[in-house]
Amino acid sequence: MSDISASESTYEANMGDYFALLKPRVMSLVVFTGLVGLLVAPVAVHPFIGFVAILCIAVGAGASGALNMWWDADIDARMRRTAGRPIPSGRVAPGEALGIGLALSGFAVVLLALATNFLAAFLLLFTIFFYAVVYSMWLKRATPQNIVIGGAAGAFPPMIGWAVATGGVSIESVLMFALIFMWTPPHFWALALFVKSDYGNAGIPMLTETHGRDSTRRHVLVYTLLLVPVAIGLGFTSIGGPFYLAIAVWMNAWFLKGAFDIWRRDDAACEADKHKVEIKVFKVSLYYLFAHFGALLVEAALRLYGIGGWS
Amino acid sequence: MTLRVEHELHTRRKGRNYGLGLILAAFIAVIFGLTVVKVLELGNANQFERFDHVARPQLIPDEGVGE
Repeated sequence: MSDISASESTYEANMGDYFALLKPRVMSLVVFTGLVGLLVAPVAVHPFIGFVAILCIAVGAGASGALNMWWDADIDARMRRTAGRPIPSGRVAPGEALGIGLALSGFAVVLLALATNFLAAFLLLFTIFFYAVVYSMWLKRATPQNIVIGGAAGAFPPMIGWAVATGGVSIESVLMFALIFMWTPPHFWALALFVKSDYGNAGIPMLTETHGRDSTRRHVLVYTLLLVPVAIGLGFTSIGGPFYLAIAVWMNAWFLKGAFDIWRRDDAACEADKHKVEIKVFKVSLYYLFAHFGALLVEAALRLYGIGGWS
Repeated sequence: MTLRVEHELHTRRKGRNYGLGLILAAFIAVIFGLTVVKVLELGNANQFERFDHVARPQLIPDEGVGE
């Protein structure tokens, strides 16, 4: 018999597969917050240099996403939500993802240093290191607090944007960092309370599974309480103002009420209304971040006409 | 003998090759744009000679002349 059947796949990864390695949805949040950090800074940046800086921040974020997918390919394959990613589905080889992640990291950091300044480039390098090594390699599989500390990686972009414009770090950029840092845990745990995840199958310690859902509800409330002074405090800095403060008070009251509602509930109530409250609070948390950074942008625009800020 | 220019691989990787071409073109545009902006930000284009790795005596102030 002379029939030979080739079983090996002849699939060639296309540009879309490589682009998916960069986690485009995460990148959009990074671009938005990084852009706000750059635009609200008191120093004007040439539009083209600003564009290149945001491009570098986006590519750096994408590179850390590729490195994360390379490292986590084994656990991604065991979870429904991530099994279709380029590496576990076999569309991209792990080595390719590693190569792309390292090359884009180097490209983004070096170009940002050349286009702007070394502090911004160092912060971008540290962000990539934090996400790919501290979060992905050290924390994610080791502790249920992974999302708390790992959230710092997503909090750096406005600080980088600010450093691009000013060449420094200030109370404003630290508070923008703290806003995202403190917002990440309640945002993520609200999601974890209503999504049936299979993190347990993959061996990832998530708070809902290691400490239970009641403990997670308490965590949501405590972290939201800690978030409020950061968000309100930002309103009294040089980039805040009456408009930002009004938005912050409104959004924090809304988010805090949601966190209290979650804290008061139990599993029976959640099952009865199919996690209605948790889903609502998760949506509020998305509006929360966009509203705060959007309000900072509005304050910066008003300042151009001499009516923004506290002066 | 015919020269077969189009290999099957070229067809299969067409999208990738075009994509990479566009990325390289965008990279060139970014570097060129940055160069133009950085030079224009110098104010005086003669200052660009400071970045030349060749000694430029004409850029040294005249203080010492005649002493």
